[in-house]
Amino acid sequence: MTDTSSQIAFVQKEPIPESPPPSTAAGPVKWMRDNLFSGWLNSLLTLAALWAIYVILSGTLPWLLNGVWNADSLAECREILNGKTGACFAVLAERWNQLLFGFKYPADLYWRPTLAFVLLFVAVAPVLFFDLPRKLLMFTALYPFIAFYLIWGGTIWSPIFALAGFAAWYMVFERLGKNSFVQGFFGGAAVAAIVWGIGSFITGAIAPEEPFLQAVPSRDLGGFMLNMMLGVTCVSLSIPIGIVLALGRQSDMPLIKIICVVFIEFIRGVPLITLLFVASVMLAYFFPPDSTVDLFLRVVIMITVFSAAYIAEVIRGGLAALPTGQYEAADSLGLDYPQAMRLIILPQALKISIPGIVNVAVGLFKDTTLVSVISMFDLLGMIRGPILASTEWNGVYWELLGFAALLFFVVCYGISQYSQWLERRLATDHR
Amino acid sequence: MAEASQMKVSDEIAITIDGMNKWYGSFHVLRDINLTVNRGERIVICGPSGSGKSTLIRCINALEEHQQGKIIVDGTELSSDLKNVDKIRSEVGMCFQHFNLFPHLSILDNCTLAPIWVRKTPKKEAEERAMHFLEKVKIPEQADKFPGQLSGGQQQRVAIARSLCMMPRIMLFDEPTSALDPEMIKEVLDTMIELAEEGMTMLCVTHEMGFARQVANRVIFMDAGQIVEQNEPEEFFNNPKSERTQLFLSQILGH
Repeated sequence: MTDTSSQIAFVQKEPIPESPPPSTAAGPVKWMRDNLFSGWLNSLLTLAALWAIYVILSGTLPWLLNGVWNADSLAECREILNGKTGACFAVLAERWNQLLFGFKYPADLYWRPTLAFVLLFVAVAPVLFFDLPRKLLMFTALYPFIAFYLIWGGTIWSPIFALAGFAAWYMVFERLGKNSFVQGFFGGAAVAAIVWGIGSFITGAIAPEEPFLQAVPSRDLGGFMLNMMLGVTCVSLSIPIGIVLALGRQSDMPLIKIICVVFIEFIRGVPLITLLFVASVMLAYFFPPDSTVDLFLRVVIMITVFSAAYIAEVIRGGLAALPTGQYEAADSLGLDYPQAMRLIILPQALKISIPGIVNVAVGLFKDTTLVSVISMFDLLGMIRGPILASTEWNGVYWELLGFAALLFFVVCYGISQYSQWLERRLATDHR
Repeated sequence: MAEASQMKVSDEIAITIDGMNKWYGSFHVLRDINLTVNRGERIVICGPSGSGKSTLIRCINALEEHQQGKIIVDGTELSSDLKNVDKIRSEVGMCFQHFNLFPHLSILDNCTLAPIWVRKTPKKEAEERAMHFLEKVKIPEQADKFPGQLSGGQQQRVAIARSLCMMPRIMLFDEPTSALDPEMIKEVLDTMIELAEEGMTMLCVTHEMGFARQVANRVIFMDAGQIVEQNEPEEFFNNPKSERTQLFLSQILGH
């Protein structure tokens, strides 16, 4: 008995000292052996992959490197290349402005959208990077009106009255919203509508014949500028609308819930192209007979509505993923519904929804090229229409479409990288 | 140990529940509940799972709706009027089994959020008060961390501090120690005992019978949605009257 018990009983008297890991081979040779040539199958696949890369590069590199940048037509390109493989990038150089701004925007006014584009970065910076000083948000709030004035020009009173309407809305909301969110919101909307009504009347009366910035009609917008404008406007509008729809779908009030469900399900069940045709042809029936609602505005409404429905579903997923304990904790502390949503529920639900929202945003941005179908000359519309149809450049498909792909890729990759940074930045729960 | 249970129970009434009934669909979860809680009273509610004890205290701050009867908290009757509900909720603190801290906010922000937004306390004052209560639950050094970085026991103490920051007159505890490792139960119970000694009105759903003996001045036993027996802890544990209570006690105190 004593023997066995002495075998079971065990006391570790000293701590086991730390020791270095065993010295296995390190460096590139080991890395290659581990990752590329770890077995005969992997070695074979590695060699096959290398061969595929060689074939692709040997095909494309001469084409890229031999590219001709200075020529006036495809025929001239071919002359310069003289039978060698090579791209005709001259089309990009020659039609650069058309690709970016469309073919009707006055050439001497290119500085205006360019300035608006540069200011865009200043405006979105405080929204995207919330470590920046919050005061910059003032500029973000002003930016839509500045950008509108720069791109469309015309009388300065339209954006000023538009701004005044929103300012009045905000002030009424500040005053009434303390008691009741709904009262503040709709009271503000009513006041804003009055300001806009008076504003449009006054603008009509005092607008000068020769405005300081020459007016540019919407149909003259085009090129990548149009894609950017549609993308930025629709993404920034559809996220708040999507949030409202998602909350509405979760509402206890049956009427609100039904409206939201029907809206979301209907919009999601219709192809975007259909909506765009509705925008270009039929939407006019829904507005007062003698009002001419701008085509750009109609398209913005349709794309926004479309992506808002998708974003609403993404956010609903985020809301559903939150444990009910979060709602209960917010309730038990006496927070009312708007406070609980704003401070507790939405920050967490939106964080969960980031990948989905970015997915929709990237898709939306690429879908802005669909407006070329309803004869708006966005980047793709420009390429398919005026440029490829011209006698000089008929047949330069690869270079033009490759360029379009590159532009979209840069923007979409940027969005996706930002979202990954944002997810890391917001990860507070399991560090 | 008997000292705590004789402290500061006043005649003033904190909560009155009168003939309260609740159904989940057609399932009758709470049946004719009558309960009066005096200010400074510490009540432990126990009973088998599914007996409606959590539902009962969740009705007190309107996390659950009752369908019949009256609940009067601090002189305000719970009705469907949202103003009353928010008023009662800000007077009544609640701690949950799973803490329910806000994971996207730091510990300090967890504690200051409700005072700032509901009570409109200035930020600085709210932070001072939060630090005061975090010191009280003995984790002021964690103020800048996030809930996910704390142990369960620490999180539950933060949850208690978060409720206290609203200066509640009544505290409800819904199985505050059931999700904790045995090592951490004590630190949470110690915090609760300290709170009890200061005369806080407490309703606590728990299976910690040691805690019940030490701080409660009334133990309520519930089964199948009704209050089966209530008594002073000594009498309740040593001399249970109903058969159902005897069975329950023999099962949880069996080892």
